[in-house]
Amino acid sequence: MKRSPANMALRWSGRILVAAILLFVLLPGIVVAITAFNDRAILAFPPQAWSLRWFWRAFSYSDFGRGFWNGLTVTLWASSIALVVGAAFAIAIHRYNFVLKSLLEGILLSPLIIPHYTIGLGVLILASQAGAGRGFPLVILTHVLLVLPFVMRSTFISLENLDGRLELAASSLGARPGRILLTVTIPLLLPGLLSGWLFAAILSFNEFTATLFVSSQATQTLPVAMYNYVREFADPTLAALSVIYIAVTALLLSLANAFLGLGKILNVDAH
Amino acid sequence: MLMHTDRMGATAGSEAGRQGQPAVQLDGVTKRFGNSVALHEAWLKIQPGEFMTLLGPSGCGKTTLLNLVAGFLEADGGEIFIEGTLVTETPAHQREIGIVFQNYALFPHMSVANNIAYGLKTRGIDRKQIARRVDEALALVRLDGFGDRKPRQLSGGQQQRVALARALVIKPKVLLLDEPFSALDKNLRGSMQVELKQIQRELGVTTIFVTHDQGEALSMSDRIAVMSAGRIRQIAAPGDVYRRPADRFVASFVGNVNVLAGRLVERRGEVATVSVGDMRLEVPAAPLAKLAIGDDVDVFIRPEHLAVTSGRTPGSLCGTVTTQVFQGDHIDLYIDITGVARAPVLLRAPGIAALSSCPAGADVGLTVGSDDVVAFPPEAREP
Ligand SMILES: Nc1ncnc2c1ncn2[C@@H]1O[C@H](COP(=O)(O)OP(=O)(O)OP(=O)(O)O)[C@@H](O)[C@H]1O
Ligand SMILES: [Mg+2]
Repeated sequence: MKRSPANMALRWSGRILVAAILLFVLLPGIVVAITAFNDRAILAFPPQAWSLRWFWRAFSYSDFGRGFWNGLTVTLWASSIALVVGAAFAIAIHRYNFVLKSLLEGILLSPLIIPHYTIGLGVLILASQAGAGRGFPLVILTHVLLVLPFVMRSTFISLENLDGRLELAASSLGARPGRILLTVTIPLLLPGLLSGWLFAAILSFNEFTATLFVSSQATQTLPVAMYNYVREFADPTLAALSVIYIAVTALLLSLANAFLGLGKILNVDAH
Repeated sequence: MLMHTDRMGATAGSEAGRQGQPAVQLDGVTKRFGNSVALHEAWLKIQPGEFMTLLGPSGCGKTTLLNLVAGFLEADGGEIFIEGTLVTETPAHQREIGIVFQNYALFPHMSVANNIAYGLKTRGIDRKQIARRVDEALALVRLDGFGDRKPRQLSGGQQQRVALARALVIKPKVLLLDEPFSALDKNLRGSMQVELKQIQRELGVTTIFVTHDQGEALSMSDRIAVMSAGRIRQIAAPGDVYRRPADRFVASFVGNVNVLAGRLVERRGEVATVSVGDMRLEVPAAPLAKLAIGDDVDVFIRPEHLAVTSGRTPGSLCGTVTTQVFQGDHIDLYIDITGVARAPVLLRAPGIAALSSCPAGADVGLTVGSDDVVAFPPEAREP
């Protein structure tokens, strides 16, 4: 094929466009990452001098440490409860009640329709009506509500891909429904359940809006602690925290990818 | 192959057989999906050790019938008995039935051995015995040493045999097979048919086999139930289904057949005489009971029952050869018989003599060299 000048121009403009889009998407992250190493306490860009002290502050500021552990507690409980409840609900609807399928669709779409602050506010009102305090159970309950649709969705997709004849074969071999669930259904749903759990955990750990309503000084999660910090101080500590967060997430995802296959975990594999 | 000796004692000659109960019995079983009737009042008795085939076109209700026997579906009417016991309401896991699906449905997360052991574990059998019976089952299907593999590491035919072993190892009261070979290539299908038939005979296990392949049905079955549109049309031995089809659906679905226009000439007890052109043929009278003498009938003649005569002989049909197809061991001749058959009649001439004696365009005479001719009333015309 002949490479005419017009052709070359087209190829180069294509490459430049791709680079521009990439830059556009990554720019905020890059700016924040550079800021994290800024020696100055003001959020100035570009930095005049370099330092690692904001990283040190991010680690030593006690609200962040507590927020991290609070967030981890809330995330583990919320995504695990959501996994059990959501998977059970999805399996029950899938198996027994086709009328409820439209209800399921409603639930699955609800995160697009109901904003997080509505859920936070709603839970807060209900809790004060019931006289419940702003403890961990309240935060966890809120997060369960938020992530449930995602767990149900991934369970449901896996169920749709599960060959029903496997369960029939098991029952013809003498297995009771409970045994079929434990030996056939759940093992085969495991990638879907794991992916649902992971989605839920990531969402829950990062959740801010609803958590702001239902958490207290004692139960605030990392994002809430960061919000409170930025209202008081204007220094690059948050930028340092972002860099740490991105690095840790990337590490975890590469591990998950190496051991389990990210496509499988995120359910983006075509079945 | 140790398995069959104790199996023979355990299932084939079981109490039901001794009491003379059918292994499977359907009494007017009906199944509806919404408004459509998938199975209409099926009556069927299968004897212990019998190989019964359900044959019919796609969507005629074969799988539905099988699922009803397995307990995967609930009947909307009628009763089902297994070895004389009413099981209509019994859940699938208590029916002790072995089933092999078209796609094998092997548990992908378990090894071959664990797949086969699954039904034994649910029965709480001790480990040693499970291991022994799994080995026997693997030997039975000639897969010794494959126990540690995962199903996806096996070929289609091997997976099929694992599925068979898994179903047989529990000593089922009935073995159900839903188009088990349709995903296999032709050669493999042939050898699997032979193997299945051999195992089935050795074990003496009552079998219901579903297929829409008439060759498979004719070659393997003790009896065939021919189905169409949710109804069982005929239950008979393969030879009888082929030679004495009960209605025009069975006649045209099983084997090749020519349909010629004829007329009812005479009826004497069991036998009726029909005329086709100048030719007179004797046919079973039963299907023609509602007709009057002189009424139109459709006469069904198999290609291999027609023969070519040299020149015109009285009482024969005459036609023109339109096409000749060399098939190796025989020749297919397509013969135009104006006024008697709408489409060219297919004639199967053995040997290769017909290749030169009946070229395309030749005028030939036709005779029928068999008693296996049947006639049915013409298809009801749409009003
Ligand atoms: N779960 C179902 N819901 C609704 N209709 C069904 C269902 N299962 C089967 N049918 C209908 O019942 C009829 C019989 O189906 P069945 O599966 O028994 O046919 P089949 O003889 O096994 O066909 P094939 O050779 O294609 O497997 C068909 O018309 C089918 O559409
Ligand atoms: Mg079918």
